Amino acid sequence: MSDTPASTNAFAETMSARPELTWLFIGIFGLLMTASIVSFLLKKFAKRIDHKTLENLQDRINSWWVMIGLLVFVCLLGRTATIVFFAICSFMALREFLTLSDTRKGDHWSLILMFFVALPLQYWLINISYYGVYSIFVPVYCFLLLPVIAALRGDTTRFFERVAKVQWALMICVFCLSHVPALLNLTIPGFGERTVMLIVFLLLVVQLSDVMQYVWGKLFGNKLIAPSLSPSKTWVGFLGGVASASLVGAALFWITPFNPWQAGLISIVITVMGFLGGLVMSAIKRDCGVKDWGHMIRGHGGFLDRLDSVVFAAPIFFHVTRFFYSTS
Amino acid sequence: MSFLTTHLAAPMTEFAIRQGSQLITGARAFHHHDDEQQGFARPCVYFANHRSHGDFVLLWSVLPPKLRAVTRPVAGADYWSKSPFRKFIGQDVFNALLVERNSKERTEDPIGKMADAVTYGDSLIIFPEGTRNMGEDKLLPFKSGLFHLARTLAERGVEADFVPVWIDNLNRVMPKGEFIPVPLLCKIHFGASVPLNDEDKQTYLERASNRLADLSGEDRGNV
Repeated sequence: MSDTPASTNAFAETMSARPELTWLFIGIFGLLMTASIVSFLLKKFAKRIDHKTLENLQDRINSWWVMIGLLVFVCLLGRTATIVFFAICSFMALREFLTLSDTRKGDHWSLILMFFVALPLQYWLINISYYGVYSIFVPVYCFLLLPVIAALRGDTTRFFERVAKVQWALMICVFCLSHVPALLNLTIPGFGERTVMLIVFLLLVVQLSDVMQYVWGKLFGNKLIAPSLSPSKTWVGFLGGVASASLVGAALFWITPFNPWQAGLISIVITVMGFLGGLVMSAIKRDCGVKDWGHMIRGHGGFLDRLDSVVFAAPIFFHVTRFFYSTS
Repeated sequence: MSFLTTHLAAPMTEFAIRQGSQLITGARAFHHHDDEQQGFARPCVYFANHRSHGDFVLLWSVLPPKLRAVTRPVAGADYWSKSPFRKFIGQDVFNALLVERNSKERTEDPIGKMADAVTYGDSLIIFPEGTRNMGEDKLLPFKSGLFHLARTLAERGVEADFVPVWIDNLNRVMPKGEFIPVPLLCKIHFGASVPLNDEDKQTYLERASNRLADLSGEDRGNV
Protein backbone atom coordinates (compact mmCIF):
# COMPACT_ATOMS: atom_id res chain seq x y z
CA MET A 1 0.00 0.00 0.00
CA SER A 2 1.34 3.43 -0.84
CA ASP A 3 1.34 5.94 1.97
CA THR A 4 -1.50 8.37 2.43
CA PRO A 5 -0.65 11.98 1.63
CA ALA A 6 -0.10 13.55 5.00
CA SER A 7 -1.59 16.98 4.62
CA THR A 8 -5.20 17.43 5.54
CA ASN A 9 -5.52 20.85 4.04
CA ALA A 10 -3.60 20.86 0.81
CA PHE A 11 -5.95 23.39 -0.68
CA ALA A 12 -5.44 26.12 1.92
CA GLU A 13 -1.70 25.46 1.81
CA THR A 14 -1.72 25.77 -1.95
CA MET A 15 -3.67 28.97 -1.78
CA SER A 16 -1.21 30.59 0.58
CA ALA A 17 1.80 29.23 -1.30
CA ARG A 18 0.55 30.44 -4.67
CA PRO A 19 -1.48 33.61 -4.31
CA GLU A 20 -2.19 33.68 -8.06
CA LEU A 21 -4.67 30.86 -7.40
CA THR A 22 -6.82 33.40 -5.68
CA TRP A 23 -7.12 35.00 -9.11
CA LEU A 24 -8.40 31.71 -10.53
CA PHE A 25 -11.26 31.71 -8.09
CA ILE A 26 -11.92 35.37 -8.53
CA GLY A 27 -12.04 34.56 -12.24
CA ILE A 28 -14.60 31.78 -11.76
CA PHE A 29 -16.81 33.93 -9.56
CA GLY A 30 -16.45 36.79 -12.02
CA LEU A 31 -17.64 34.46 -14.77
CA LEU A 32 -20.67 33.42 -12.68
CA MET A 33 -21.41 37.04 -11.86
CA THR A 34 -21.30 37.95 -15.55
CA ALA A 35 -23.61 35.04 -16.37
CA SER A 36 -26.09 36.14 -13.69
CA ILE A 37 -26.05 39.75 -14.92
CA VAL A 38 -26.47 38.73 -18.57
CA SER A 39 -29.38 36.47 -17.68
CA PHE A 40 -30.96 39.28 -15.63
CA LEU A 41 -30.59 41.76 -18.51
CA LEU A 42 -31.96 39.22 -21.01
CA LYS A 43 -34.99 38.72 -18.81
CA LYS A 44 -35.53 42.46 -18.57
CA PHE A 45 -34.91 43.54 -22.14
CA ALA A 46 -34.92 40.63 -24.60
CA LYS A 47 -38.65 40.27 -25.06
CA ARG A 48 -38.27 38.02 -28.10
CA ILE A 49 -36.70 35.09 -26.26
CA ASP A 50 -39.40 32.94 -24.75
CA HIS A 51 -39.97 33.03 -21.03
CA LYS A 52 -39.33 29.34 -20.34
CA THR A 53 -35.82 29.32 -21.85
CA LEU A 54 -34.87 32.28 -19.69
CA GLU A 55 -36.33 30.74 -16.54
CA ASN A 56 -34.30 27.62 -17.22
CA LEU A 57 -31.16 29.69 -17.88
CA GLN A 58 -31.63 31.50 -14.58
CA ASP A 59 -32.19 28.22 -12.73
CA ARG A 60 -29.06 26.76 -14.32
CA ILE A 61 -26.90 29.73 -13.33
CA ASN A 62 -28.27 29.73 -9.78
CA SER A 63 -27.47 26.02 -9.49
CA TRP A 64 -23.94 26.71 -10.75
CA TRP A 65 -23.46 29.17 -7.89
CA VAL A 66 -24.47 26.49 -5.40
CA MET A 67 -22.40 23.72 -7.01
CA ILE A 68 -19.21 25.79 -7.33
CA GLY A 69 -19.64 27.26 -3.87
CA LEU A 70 -20.04 23.75 -2.41
CA LEU A 71 -17.03 22.43 -4.30
CA VAL A 72 -14.75 25.26 -3.18
CA PHE A 73 -16.02 24.79 0.37
CA VAL A 74 -15.28 21.04 0.53
CA CYS A 75 -11.90 21.49 -1.15
CA LEU A 76 -11.04 24.04 1.54
CA LEU A 77 -12.10 21.57 4.24
CA GLY A 78 -9.48 19.13 2.98
CA ARG A 79 -8.90 15.64 1.68
CA THR A 80 -11.44 13.61 3.66
CA ALA A 81 -14.21 16.15 3.09
CA THR A 82 -13.52 16.07 -0.66
CA ILE A 83 -13.69 12.28 -0.73
CA VAL A 84 -16.93 12.26 1.30
CA PHE A 85 -18.39 14.89 -1.01
CA PHE A 86 -17.80 12.73 -4.09
CA ALA A 87 -19.09 9.67 -2.22
CA ILE A 88 -22.35 11.58 -1.69
CA CYS A 89 -22.43 12.53 -5.38
CA SER A 90 -21.95 8.83 -6.22
CA PHE A 91 -24.81 7.92 -3.90
CA MET A 92 -27.16 10.41 -5.54
CA ALA A 93 -26.08 9.33 -9.04
CA LEU A 94 -26.51 5.66 -8.16
CA ARG A 95 -30.04 6.14 -6.87
CA GLU A 96 -30.98 8.04 -10.03
CA PHE A 97 -29.50 5.32 -12.25
CA LEU A 98 -31.13 2.44 -10.35
CA THR A 99 -34.47 4.20 -10.13
CA LEU A 100 -34.62 3.92 -13.92
CA SER A 101 -33.33 0.32 -14.07
CA ASP A 102 -36.16 -2.19 -13.83
CA THR A 103 -34.89 -4.25 -10.95
CA ARG A 104 -37.04 -6.82 -9.19
CA LYS A 105 -37.50 -8.06 -5.67
CA GLY A 106 -34.74 -10.61 -6.35
CA ASP A 107 -32.23 -7.78 -6.72
CA HIS A 108 -33.03 -6.27 -3.34
CA TRP A 109 -29.94 -7.58 -1.58
CA SER A 110 -27.67 -6.68 -4.49
CA LEU A 111 -29.01 -3.13 -4.30
CA ILE A 112 -28.53 -2.91 -0.54
CA LEU A 113 -24.94 -4.14 -0.88
CA MET A 114 -24.24 -1.60 -3.62
CA PHE A 115 -25.53 1.38 -1.68
CA PHE A 116 -24.38 0.50 1.79
CA VAL A 117 -21.28 -1.69 1.29
CA ALA A 118 -19.66 -1.37 -2.16
CA LEU A 119 -19.97 2.42 -2.39
CA PRO A 120 -18.55 3.26 1.07
CA LEU A 121 -15.83 0.61 0.64
CA GLN A 122 -14.67 2.04 -2.71
CA TYR A 123 -14.34 5.54 -1.23
CA TRP A 124 -12.70 4.22 1.91
CA LEU A 125 -10.11 2.44 -0.25
CA ILE A 126 -9.48 5.75 -1.97
CA ASN A 127 -9.19 7.48 1.38
CA ILE A 128 -6.46 5.05 2.48
CA SER A 129 -4.87 5.40 -0.97
CA TYR A 130 -4.95 1.66 -1.71
CA TYR A 131 -4.54 1.86 -5.51
CA GLY A 132 -4.05 -1.90 -6.01
CA VAL A 133 -7.54 -2.60 -4.64
CA TYR A 134 -9.67 0.43 -5.53
CA SER A 135 -8.76 0.05 -9.19
CA ILE A 136 -10.11 -3.52 -9.33
CA PHE A 137 -12.64 -3.75 -6.49
CA VAL A 138 -15.69 -2.89 -8.63
CA PRO A 139 -14.68 -4.37 -12.03
CA VAL A 140 -13.47 -7.66 -10.53
CA TYR A 141 -15.01 -8.40 -7.14
CA CYS A 142 -18.37 -6.64 -7.43
CA PHE A 143 -18.66 -7.78 -11.05
CA LEU A 144 -18.41 -11.42 -10.01
CA LEU A 145 -20.22 -11.32 -6.67
CA LEU A 146 -23.34 -9.24 -7.42
CA PRO A 147 -24.73 -11.70 -10.01
CA VAL A 148 -24.07 -14.54 -7.57
CA ILE A 149 -26.27 -12.85 -4.98
CA ALA A 150 -28.98 -12.22 -7.57
CA ALA A 151 -28.76 -15.85 -8.77
CA LEU A 152 -29.06 -17.21 -5.24
CA ARG A 153 -32.40 -15.39 -4.92
CA GLY A 154 -33.65 -17.69 -7.67
CA ASP A 155 -35.58 -15.22 -9.82
CA THR A 156 -34.65 -15.79 -13.47
CA THR A 157 -37.06 -13.27 -15.02
CA ARG A 158 -34.95 -10.91 -17.18
CA PHE A 159 -31.95 -12.12 -15.15
CA PHE A 160 -29.26 -11.23 -17.69
CA GLU A 161 -30.70 -7.77 -18.27
CA ARG A 162 -31.04 -7.03 -14.56
CA VAL A 163 -27.50 -8.15 -13.73
CA ALA A 164 -26.06 -6.10 -16.61
CA LYS A 165 -27.91 -2.95 -15.57
CA VAL A 166 -26.90 -3.28 -11.94
CA GLN A 167 -23.26 -3.73 -12.96
CA TRP A 168 -23.41 -0.73 -15.28
CA ALA A 169 -24.86 1.43 -12.54
CA LEU A 170 -22.02 0.56 -10.21
CA MET A 171 -19.32 1.11 -12.84
CA ILE A 172 -20.63 4.49 -13.96
CA CYS A 173 -21.85 5.98 -10.71
CA VAL A 174 -19.32 4.61 -8.25
CA PHE A 175 -16.20 3.30 -10.01
CA CYS A 176 -15.82 6.00 -12.67
CA LEU A 177 -16.86 8.89 -10.46
CA SER A 178 -14.51 7.78 -7.66
CA HIS A 179 -11.59 8.55 -9.98
CA VAL A 180 -12.19 12.25 -9.36
CA PRO A 181 -11.13 12.16 -5.67
CA ALA A 182 -8.61 9.39 -6.51
CA LEU A 183 -6.58 12.16 -8.17
CA LEU A 184 -5.65 13.22 -4.62
CA ASN A 185 -3.62 10.01 -4.32
CA LEU A 186 -1.21 10.75 -7.16
CA THR A 187 2.38 11.56 -6.22
CA ILE A 188 3.81 13.95 -8.76
CA PRO A 189 7.42 15.09 -8.31
CA GLY A 190 7.61 18.84 -7.86
CA PHE A 191 3.82 19.13 -7.54
CA GLY A 192 3.72 18.27 -3.85
CA GLU A 193 0.41 18.48 -2.06
CA ARG A 194 -1.31 20.40 -4.80
CA THR A 195 -3.13 17.37 -6.29
CA VAL A 196 -6.47 18.94 -5.39
CA MET A 197 -5.73 21.30 -8.30
CA LEU A 198 -6.06 18.30 -10.64
CA ILE A 199 -9.68 17.96 -9.48
CA VAL A 200 -10.27 21.67 -10.04
CA PHE A 201 -8.68 21.44 -13.51
CA LEU A 202 -10.69 18.35 -14.54
CA LEU A 203 -14.06 19.67 -13.38
CA LEU A 204 -13.44 23.17 -14.69
CA VAL A 205 -12.40 22.08 -18.18
CA VAL A 206 -15.06 19.37 -18.60
CA GLN A 207 -17.94 21.47 -17.24
CA LEU A 208 -16.81 24.54 -19.16
CA SER A 209 -16.84 22.40 -22.30
CA ASP A 210 -20.45 21.40 -21.52
CA VAL A 211 -21.45 25.03 -21.03
CA MET A 212 -19.61 26.21 -24.16
CA GLN A 213 -21.20 23.39 -26.20
CA TYR A 214 -24.56 24.70 -25.04
CA VAL A 215 -23.65 28.31 -25.84
CA TRP A 216 -22.06 27.62 -29.27
CA GLY A 217 -24.91 25.27 -30.12
CA LYS A 218 -27.61 27.79 -29.15
CA LEU A 219 -25.91 30.64 -31.03
CA PHE A 220 -24.69 29.02 -34.25
CA GLY A 221 -25.56 25.31 -34.21
CA ASN A 222 -27.87 23.75 -36.73
CA LYS A 223 -26.61 20.34 -37.90
CA LEU A 224 -27.28 17.69 -35.27
CA ILE A 225 -24.60 15.08 -34.52
CA ALA A 226 -26.98 12.40 -33.32
CA PRO A 227 -30.58 13.41 -34.01
CA SER A 228 -31.94 10.18 -32.57
CA LEU A 229 -30.10 10.71 -29.26
CA SER A 230 -30.20 14.38 -28.49
CA PRO A 231 -31.87 17.45 -29.98
CA SER A 232 -29.22 19.79 -28.55
CA LYS A 233 -25.90 18.26 -29.62
CA THR A 234 -24.76 20.04 -32.78
CA TRP A 235 -21.46 19.88 -34.71
CA VAL A 236 -20.80 23.57 -34.14
CA GLY A 237 -21.54 23.14 -30.44
CA PHE A 238 -19.25 20.13 -30.14
CA LEU A 239 -16.28 21.65 -32.03
CA GLY A 240 -16.70 25.09 -30.51
CA GLY A 241 -17.12 23.70 -27.00
CA VAL A 242 -14.11 21.38 -27.19
CA ALA A 243 -11.93 24.07 -28.78
CA SER A 244 -12.80 26.87 -26.37
CA ALA A 245 -12.63 24.69 -23.25
CA SER A 246 -9.29 23.23 -24.39
CA LEU A 247 -7.86 26.71 -24.95
CA VAL A 248 -8.89 27.63 -21.42
CA GLY A 249 -7.39 24.31 -20.24
CA ALA A 250 -4.08 25.13 -21.95
CA ALA A 251 -4.13 28.60 -20.40
CA LEU A 252 -4.61 26.98 -16.97
CA PHE A 253 -1.40 24.92 -17.27
CA TRP A 254 0.06 26.79 -14.28
CA ILE A 255 -2.33 25.12 -11.82
CA THR A 256 -1.30 21.66 -13.14
CA PRO A 257 1.96 19.70 -13.46
CA PHE A 258 1.62 19.98 -17.29
CA ASN A 259 3.23 22.47 -19.64
CA PRO A 260 0.87 24.53 -21.87
CA TRP A 261 0.70 22.19 -24.86
CA GLN A 262 0.36 19.11 -22.63
CA ALA A 263 -2.43 20.83 -20.73
CA GLY A 264 -4.10 21.64 -24.06
CA LEU A 265 -3.78 18.08 -25.37
CA ILE A 266 -5.09 16.56 -22.14
CA SER A 267 -7.96 19.07 -22.23
CA ILE A 268 -8.89 17.90 -25.72
CA VAL A 269 -8.88 14.28 -24.52
CA ILE A 270 -11.10 14.94 -21.50
CA THR A 271 -13.52 17.26 -23.28
CA VAL A 272 -13.98 14.73 -26.09
CA MET A 273 -14.49 11.96 -23.51
CA GLY A 274 -16.93 14.22 -21.71
CA PHE A 275 -18.88 14.80 -24.90
CA LEU A 276 -18.98 11.07 -25.64
CA GLY A 277 -20.13 10.44 -22.07
CA GLY A 278 -23.01 12.84 -22.57
CA LEU A 279 -23.89 11.01 -25.78
CA VAL A 280 -23.90 7.54 -24.18
CA MET A 281 -25.88 8.71 -21.16
CA SER A 282 -28.39 10.39 -23.48
CA ALA A 283 -28.83 7.08 -25.29
CA ILE A 284 -29.58 5.38 -21.97
CA LYS A 285 -32.08 8.10 -21.04
CA ARG A 286 -33.77 7.72 -24.42
CA ASP A 287 -33.93 3.97 -23.90
CA CYS A 288 -35.63 4.53 -20.53
CA GLY A 289 -37.95 7.12 -22.06
CA VAL A 290 -36.94 10.07 -19.89
CA LYS A 291 -35.46 13.50 -20.56
CA ASP A 292 -33.61 13.99 -17.28
CA TRP A 293 -32.12 11.57 -14.77
CA GLY A 294 -33.72 13.23 -11.78
CA HIS A 295 -35.07 16.45 -10.38
CA MET A 296 -32.69 17.39 -7.58
CA ILE A 297 -30.73 20.20 -9.28
CA ARG A 298 -32.96 23.03 -10.50
CA GLY A 299 -32.60 23.76 -14.21
CA HIS A 300 -30.19 20.89 -14.80
CA GLY A 301 -32.23 17.82 -13.87
CA GLY A 302 -30.50 15.21 -11.75
CA PHE A 303 -26.96 14.69 -10.50
CA LEU A 304 -26.20 12.42 -13.46
CA ASP A 305 -27.28 15.12 -15.92
CA ARG A 306 -24.46 17.27 -14.54
CA LEU A 307 -21.96 14.44 -14.03
CA ASP A 308 -22.43 12.42 -17.24
CA SER A 309 -19.40 14.03 -18.90
CA VAL A 310 -17.27 13.85 -15.76
CA VAL A 311 -17.79 10.11 -15.25
CA PHE A 312 -16.41 9.39 -18.71
CA ALA A 313 -13.53 11.84 -18.47
CA ALA A 314 -12.35 11.14 -14.90
CA PRO A 315 -10.86 7.62 -15.25
CA ILE A 316 -9.03 8.56 -18.47
CA PHE A 317 -7.70 11.77 -16.93
CA PHE A 318 -6.62 9.83 -13.84
CA HIS A 319 -4.75 7.16 -15.79
CA VAL A 320 -3.14 9.52 -18.30
CA THR A 321 -1.87 11.69 -15.47
CA ARG A 322 -0.80 8.68 -13.43
CA PHE A 323 0.98 7.00 -16.35
CA PHE A 324 2.95 10.03 -17.49
CA TYR A 325 3.45 12.04 -14.30
CA SER A 326 2.92 10.04 -11.12
CA THR A 327 5.46 7.97 -9.26
CA SER A 328 2.90 6.14 -7.11
CA MET B 1 -49.66 13.59 29.78
CA SER B 2 -52.16 13.67 26.99
CA PHE B 3 -51.24 17.30 26.37
CA LEU B 4 -47.61 16.24 25.94
CA THR B 5 -48.64 13.41 23.66
CA THR B 6 -50.71 15.54 21.32
CA HIS B 7 -48.61 18.70 21.33
CA LEU B 8 -45.07 17.36 21.58
CA ALA B 9 -44.63 13.64 20.98
CA ALA B 10 -47.08 13.43 18.07
CA PRO B 11 -45.79 16.39 16.03
CA MET B 12 -42.19 15.29 16.62
CA THR B 13 -42.93 11.74 15.54
CA GLU B 14 -44.82 13.03 12.52
CA PHE B 15 -41.86 15.25 11.58
CA ALA B 16 -39.37 12.40 12.01
CA ILE B 17 -41.40 9.94 9.93
CA ARG B 18 -42.03 12.51 7.20
CA GLN B 19 -38.40 13.65 6.98
CA GLY B 20 -37.16 10.07 7.19
CA SER B 21 -39.32 8.95 4.30
CA GLN B 22 -38.25 12.02 2.32
CA LEU B 23 -34.59 11.23 2.96
CA ILE B 24 -34.93 7.62 1.83
CA THR B 25 -37.14 8.18 -1.22
CA GLY B 26 -36.61 11.83 -2.21
CA ALA B 27 -40.36 11.82 -2.92
CA ARG B 28 -41.71 14.72 -4.95
CA ALA B 29 -45.19 15.63 -6.16
CA PHE B 30 -45.90 15.94 -9.87
CA HIS B 31 -49.14 17.50 -11.01
CA HIS B 32 -50.95 16.43 -14.16
CA HIS B 33 -54.01 18.65 -13.97
CA ASP B 34 -54.89 22.29 -14.60
CA ASP B 35 -56.63 22.91 -11.28
CA GLU B 36 -54.20 25.16 -9.40
CA GLN B 37 -56.58 25.25 -6.46
CA GLN B 38 -56.72 21.46 -6.12
CA GLY B 39 -57.09 20.63 -2.46
CA PHE B 40 -57.47 24.25 -1.38
CA ALA B 41 -60.87 25.18 -2.80
CA ARG B 42 -62.81 22.18 -1.49
CA PRO B 43 -62.05 18.86 0.23
CA CYS B 44 -60.28 16.14 -1.74
CA VAL B 45 -60.67 12.39 -1.65
CA TYR B 46 -57.23 11.19 -2.78
CA PHE B 47 -57.49 7.64 -4.08
CA ALA B 48 -54.15 5.91 -4.65
CA ASN B 49 -52.59 2.62 -5.65
CA HIS B 50 -51.52 0.49 -2.69
CA ARG B 51 -48.37 -1.62 -2.72
CA SER B 52 -46.63 -0.78 0.53
CA HIS B 53 -47.36 0.18 4.12
CA GLY B 54 -45.50 3.42 3.45
CA ASP B 55 -47.89 4.57 0.72
CA PHE B 56 -49.96 6.98 2.76
CA VAL B 57 -46.91 8.39 4.56
CA LEU B 58 -45.33 9.26 1.22
CA LEU B 59 -48.51 10.82 -0.18
CA TRP B 60 -48.97 12.73 3.05
CA SER B 61 -45.36 13.95 3.05
CA VAL B 62 -45.58 15.62 -0.37
CA LEU B 63 -48.77 17.57 0.42
CA PRO B 64 -48.30 21.27 1.21
CA PRO B 65 -48.42 21.83 5.02
CA LYS B 66 -51.77 23.60 4.82
CA LEU B 67 -53.38 20.61 3.10
CA ARG B 68 -51.56 18.09 5.26
CA ALA B 69 -53.23 19.61 8.32
CA VAL B 70 -56.71 18.74 7.02
CA THR B 71 -55.94 15.44 5.27
CA ARG B 72 -56.71 12.17 7.03
CA PRO B 73 -55.73 8.69 5.89
CA VAL B 74 -58.56 6.17 6.12
CA ALA B 75 -57.34 3.03 7.86
CA GLY B 76 -58.66 -0.22 9.32
CA ALA B 77 -59.74 0.14 12.95
CA ASP B 78 -58.92 -3.53 13.66
CA TYR B 79 -55.23 -2.95 12.89
CA TRP B 80 -54.69 0.57 14.20
CA SER B 81 -56.35 0.21 17.59
CA LYS B 82 -54.70 -3.05 18.56
CA SER B 83 -51.92 -1.62 20.78
CA PRO B 84 -51.24 1.74 22.49
CA PHE B 85 -48.32 2.32 20.10
CA ARG B 86 -50.44 1.75 16.99
CA LYS B 87 -53.14 3.96 18.47
CA PHE B 88 -50.56 6.69 19.01
CA ILE B 89 -49.24 6.44 15.43
CA GLY B 90 -52.65 6.11 13.83
CA GLN B 91 -54.68 8.65 15.79
CA ASP B 92 -52.28 11.13 17.40
CA VAL B 93 -49.62 11.27 14.71
CA PHE B 94 -51.55 10.86 11.48
CA ASN B 95 -55.07 11.70 12.67
CA ALA B 96 -56.31 8.66 10.75
CA LEU B 97 -59.99 8.10 10.21
CA LEU B 98 -60.46 4.59 11.55
CA VAL B 99 -63.18 2.51 9.95
CA GLU B 100 -64.36 -0.98 10.79
CA ARG B 101 -63.63 -3.30 7.92
CA ASN B 102 -65.47 -6.46 8.95
CA SER B 103 -68.89 -5.98 7.40
CA LYS B 104 -70.61 -8.56 9.66
CA GLU B 105 -69.46 -7.31 13.05
CA ARG B 106 -69.27 -3.59 12.51
CA THR B 107 -71.48 -1.22 14.39
CA GLU B 108 -71.04 1.90 12.31
CA ASP B 109 -71.14 2.50 8.58
CA PRO B 110 -67.66 3.34 7.21
CA ILE B 111 -69.04 5.25 4.22
CA GLY B 112 -71.15 7.44 6.51
CA LYS B 113 -68.15 8.12 8.70
CA MET B 114 -66.00 9.14 5.71
CA ALA B 115 -68.78 11.28 4.27
CA ASP B 116 -69.17 13.02 7.65
CA ALA B 117 -65.47 13.88 7.68
CA VAL B 118 -65.61 15.33 4.16
CA THR B 119 -68.80 17.22 4.99
CA TYR B 120 -66.95 18.66 7.97
CA GLY B 121 -64.21 19.87 5.57
CA ASP B 122 -61.50 17.22 5.87
CA SER B 123 -59.71 15.62 2.94
CA LEU B 124 -59.19 11.85 2.87
CA ILE B 125 -56.61 9.38 1.59
CA ILE B 126 -58.10 6.05 0.55
CA PHE B 127 -56.85 2.94 -1.21
CA PRO B 128 -59.79 1.67 -3.27
CA GLU B 129 -58.10 -1.65 -4.07
CA GLY B 130 -58.93 -2.55 -0.47
CA THR B 131 -55.69 -4.39 0.16
CA ARG B 132 -52.02 -4.22 -0.81
CA ASN B 133 -51.40 -5.29 -4.40
CA MET B 134 -48.67 -7.93 -4.42
CA GLY B 135 -49.11 -9.23 -7.95
CA GLU B 136 -47.79 -8.21 -11.35
CA ASP B 137 -51.00 -6.38 -12.32
CA LYS B 138 -50.93 -2.61 -12.21
CA LEU B 139 -54.07 -2.39 -10.08
CA LEU B 140 -56.49 -4.75 -8.39
CA PRO B 141 -60.21 -4.26 -9.18
CA PHE B 142 -61.57 -1.37 -7.11
CA LYS B 143 -63.90 -2.09 -4.20
CA SER B 144 -67.19 -0.25 -4.33
CA GLY B 145 -66.47 2.12 -1.40
CA LEU B 146 -65.20 4.89 -3.68
CA PHE B 147 -68.48 4.92 -5.59
CA HIS B 148 -70.67 4.83 -2.48
CA LEU B 149 -68.71 7.69 -0.95
CA ALA B 150 -69.07 9.77 -4.13
CA ARG B 151 -72.80 9.06 -4.27
CA THR B 152 -73.38 9.81 -0.59
CA LEU B 153 -71.57 13.15 -0.90
CA ALA B 154 -73.54 13.98 -4.06
CA GLU B 155 -76.81 13.19 -2.25
CA ARG B 156 -75.81 15.47 0.60
CA GLY B 157 -74.84 18.19 -1.89
CA VAL B 158 -71.26 18.29 -0.58
CA GLU B 159 -68.70 19.30 -3.20
CA ALA B 160 -65.46 17.30 -3.19
CA ASP B 161 -62.75 16.41 -5.71
CA PHE B 162 -61.92 12.76 -6.31
CA VAL B 163 -58.22 12.91 -7.10
CA PRO B 164 -56.31 9.90 -8.48
CA VAL B 165 -52.79 9.63 -7.05
CA TRP B 166 -50.20 7.25 -8.49
CA ILE B 167 -47.41 6.36 -6.06
CA ASP B 168 -44.45 5.19 -8.07
CA ASN B 169 -41.58 2.95 -7.04
CA LEU B 170 -42.22 2.58 -3.32
CA ASN B 171 -42.69 -1.17 -3.75
CA ARG B 172 -39.11 -1.31 -5.05
CA VAL B 173 -37.78 0.72 -2.13
CA MET B 174 -39.08 -1.88 0.30
CA PRO B 175 -40.58 -5.02 -1.26
CA LYS B 176 -42.81 -7.21 0.88
CA GLY B 177 -40.86 -9.27 3.37
CA GLU B 178 -37.69 -7.13 3.24
CA PHE B 179 -36.67 -4.97 6.16
CA ILE B 180 -33.89 -2.73 4.82
CA PRO B 181 -35.06 -0.02 2.38
CA VAL B 182 -33.11 0.77 -0.81
CA PRO B 183 -32.91 4.54 -1.35
CA LEU B 184 -34.49 4.67 -4.82
CA LEU B 185 -36.36 7.82 -5.86
CA CYS B 186 -40.17 7.91 -5.66
CA LYS B 187 -42.59 10.15 -7.51
CA ILE B 188 -46.14 10.97 -6.54
CA HIS B 189 -48.37 11.83 -9.51
CA PHE B 190 -51.57 13.81 -8.91
CA GLY B 191 -54.24 13.65 -11.62
CA ALA B 192 -57.33 15.68 -12.43
CA SER B 193 -60.46 15.05 -10.38
CA VAL B 194 -62.76 12.20 -11.47
CA PRO B 195 -66.28 13.47 -10.61
CA LEU B 196 -69.25 11.11 -10.38
CA ASN B 197 -71.51 11.69 -13.37
CA ASP B 198 -74.88 10.20 -13.98
CA GLU B 199 -73.46 6.67 -14.23
CA ASP B 200 -73.73 3.29 -12.54
CA LYS B 201 -71.27 1.81 -10.04
CA GLN B 202 -69.31 -0.34 -12.48
CA THR B 203 -68.82 2.46 -15.01
CA TYR B 204 -67.61 4.91 -12.40
CA LEU B 205 -65.21 2.48 -10.74
CA GLU B 206 -63.72 1.46 -14.09
CA ARG B 207 -63.34 5.07 -15.14
CA ALA B 208 -61.64 5.98 -11.85
CA SER B 209 -59.38 2.95 -12.07
CA ASN B 210 -58.37 3.78 -15.65
CA ARG B 211 -57.62 7.37 -14.78
CA LEU B 212 -55.38 6.19 -11.95
CA ALA B 213 -53.62 3.65 -14.18
CA ASP B 214 -53.08 6.35 -16.84
CA LEU B 215 -51.00 8.31 -14.34
CA SER B 216 -48.50 5.46 -14.11
CA GLY B 217 -47.62 6.18 -17.73
CA GLU B 218 -46.74 9.76 -16.82
CA ASP B 219 -44.11 8.29 -14.63
CA ARG B 220 -41.65 7.63 -17.44
CA GLY B 221 -42.27 10.81 -19.38
CA ASN B 222 -40.83 13.95 -17.89
CA VAL B 223 -42.83 16.77 -16.49
